[in-house]
Amino acid sequence: MPNETVLTMRGISKQFPGVRALNKVDFTLRKGEIHALMGENGAGKSTLIKVLTGVYGKDAGTIWIDGVEGEAHIHSPQDAQNAGIATVYQEITLCPNLTVAENMYIGRGEGLLVKRKDYEKKAGEILSTLNIPARPKQQLASCSLAVQQMVAIARAVDMNCKVLILDEPTSSLDDKEVQMLFSLMRDLKSRGVGIIFVTHFLEQVYEVCDRITVLRNGELVGEYVIEDLPQVQLVSLMMGKDLDELNNMSGFERKDKSAAEVTYEAENLSSEASKAFDFRIHKGEVNGFTGLLGSGRSESVRAIFGADKVTGGKVKMNGKSVHITKPYEAMKNGIGYLPEDRKRDGIVADLSVRENIILALQVMKGFFKPLSRADMEKFADEYISALSIKTASKDTLVGSLSGGNQQKVILARWLLTHPDYLILDEPTRGIDIGTKLEIQKLVLKLAEENVSVTFISSEIEEMLRTCSRLIVMRDRNIVGELTGDQLTQTQVMKTIAGGEAS
Amino acid sequence: MSEMKKAMKKSGNIGQLMIPLIAFGLLIVFNLIRDPSFFSIETKLNNTGNTVLAGNLISIINGASELAVLAIGMTLVTAACGGQDISVGAAAAIAGSVFVKIVRGAADVNGLTVILAFLACCVVAMIFGSFNGMLVSVFRIQPMIATLILYTCGRSIAYWINGGATPTISSPITSAIGSFIPGVPIPTPVIIVAVMVILFNLLFRFTTLRLYTQAVGINQSAARLNGINTTMIKLLSFILLGVCVSVAGCIGVCRLQLINHETLLLDIEMDTILAVAIGGNNLGGGKFRISGSILGAYVIQMLTTTLYAMKVSSTDVKAYKAIVIILLVVIGSPVVKRWFTKKMGNLRGAGLRRAGAKEGV
Repeated sequence: MPNETVLTMRGISKQFPGVRALNKVDFTLRKGEIHALMGENGAGKSTLIKVLTGVYGKDAGTIWIDGVEGEAHIHSPQDAQNAGIATVYQEITLCPNLTVAENMYIGRGEGLLVKRKDYEKKAGEILSTLNIPARPKQQLASCSLAVQQMVAIARAVDMNCKVLILDEPTSSLDDKEVQMLFSLMRDLKSRGVGIIFVTHFLEQVYEVCDRITVLRNGELVGEYVIEDLPQVQLVSLMMGKDLDELNNMSGFERKDKSAAEVTYEAENLSSEASKAFDFRIHKGEVNGFTGLLGSGRSESVRAIFGADKVTGGKVKMNGKSVHITKPYEAMKNGIGYLPEDRKRDGIVADLSVRENIILALQVMKGFFKPLSRADMEKFADEYISALSIKTASKDTLVGSLSGGNQQKVILARWLLTHPDYLILDEPTRGIDIGTKLEIQKLVLKLAEENVSVTFISSEIEEMLRTCSRLIVMRDRNIVGELTGDQLTQTQVMKTIAGGEAS
Repeated sequence: MSEMKKAMKKSGNIGQLMIPLIAFGLLIVFNLIRDPSFFSIETKLNNTGNTVLAGNLISIINGASELAVLAIGMTLVTAACGGQDISVGAAAAIAGSVFVKIVRGAADVNGLTVILAFLACCVVAMIFGSFNGMLVSVFRIQPMIATLILYTCGRSIAYWINGGATPTISSPITSAIGSFIPGVPIPTPVIIVAVMVILFNLLFRFTTLRLYTQAVGINQSAARLNGINTTMIKLLSFILLGVCVSVAGCIGVCRLQLINHETLLLDIEMDTILAVAIGGNNLGGGKFRISGSILGAYVIQMLTTTLYAMKVSSTDVKAYKAIVIILLVVIGSPVVKRWFTKKMGNLRGAGLRRAGAKEGV
């Protein structure tokens, strides 16, 4: 395949209020190439994609597209489509109640009088050339997710797209479906389509991609040919840590608690969202689950708390067998859980700070034992001052607080229940540095008080600072457990990357 | 500081009740201008020889009783499920039919039979409520669709219960429930509403129902992760609405001393939903105020009575009602509210109330 470029983006910048989402980023896509766009959360991948597809306007930079004279001006998704850029998102954006053929030709601006027969015939031809196992007259909803995605791709291909963007297409597919998708991608590649592949599954990148562009904090890290970039190095580029950089974690004593009593123990625990795993945590221990986004770390702790439907496994709390399949049972057994998505799963935005703080304790006390107003006020005052929550009053709606203070309210909620085992999933995401340090200190203080804490964070330093044991996950499996001297960034990254390095 | 907080809280409370209060005030002013004696309350002897209160105001408050009782339950369902039950009228017809069936079946109608009849119709209404609640909470059907089933078939079920006739009941006890208890000048339905309000307030005081319902309505996912059984809370709201339905059905039957399964509380579901909306409750669920809904019920009834008093023909009443309701709902809409808040700037509290009144006139 000749090195003919189909898309060139140069010096793309995009500023959001308070955040520089993209800073002079370059990106080049060649004909017949599968190009992975990699980066951790907030690296700027989706912003770049959205600039390219016309969802966001760019502040600076130029885009050239093969076949478009001069600089390409993309101001709307329609412009992008006309320029030959097609996007297939993780969530299917087609209409499940229409047929496959209708979905492929809907809204293509071919007038009102389209002949059903014609487009069903055309759809059939495309589906068969691309080996997509769907019939034109079949209702889309009756196809599997993978096939629906492939139909979306077929629609894009039929529109003569030159650039196909696949945004996290494999997240909800199983291994077999992923292979089906990959063979379709290879097929399109051989037809000269340039494919941008956004994913967080490292192994998949190495399976299908030719090149990788890495972004970090809105800046371009570099473009690499896949053979020149070992997996370990990719991880270190994404995280922005030099492999040789020795971490210096003095000042904090990570206590080895492996001799202490076991607080919580799970054997073969699995849920609808997580694969079966074993796990145990000791009294006063702080452990962490690490791994890239989507590695299954959140799903694992959700299984512990019963947040997703538990499908199997044996659980012991303080040595006694217990039954935990829903949050209430976990709470009754002394487990607290601060969810990853604060807005969706954490705060009850329209209720006051006071009500949000006492919620979990109230639920544990029971339906017929409401807390007295005086007690509520007392608890709220106590934790507002203990965690220095910045709020106008106890009656302020929690939704009007800043992110960090909302997070503290949820922390207060769980501290108030005095749990034996507290799970904190990304407690420091999206909050300022001062509050981050406060939360880290709080975690260590809890451990002193013999509470077991599981601490999850995307920032490795933070975990190294607080955890005495790290469980490393990759592609929904536990791939390692690091303690003591192994707790270094190098080792963590090597284990995350896996393969030959570990 | 604490003064300020109190003031803020007060303005917040008034905020939600502002629309029904304004509407209430306007209707009163309007009626006083039109006919200064509209609100005069007098005592008179009724045909059973009781000294009772009479007058437009009394008949408004009395006439709104069924609506007010239903509005209590509807508020809960709305808050927990973010949707409304449109089958309350049909369910009340079923409940009323059960009540009549049992009262008529008894050899001798005494206090005990009436209580038993009420309990039986309460149980039946709760069962139908749980049917609706199941569809909504377990099968996650939209409330309006789920309750459409009972809305469609409810009155047929009521028809079967009494074999198609419109049977009458005649007993001093049931007539006392529908009108006046000897020696008490206040209409019994008004007393029943008061009792219901007290009962629900006790329920909120001695259980965590209010907190749970609001949490489920605002953020179901967070509520679940805090150990609240969201399915149960939704189901419970429908069961409690069932209790309200049975009370409303019994009042309706006792007023007329007969059951007409076709006309008993006909179209009341829409007025009930409206009462909840006028009361400033978010129809999408979440925070709620029972007092707002009850006030809303009285506003609707006063509007109807006013229109009738103006000799508007019964066919036209609905159209006029609609006009007033459009006004109320638009004034209460978030867009207008935001505009107000912006206009008023720092002068919240008193300013808001004054401006509201000005705009209304």
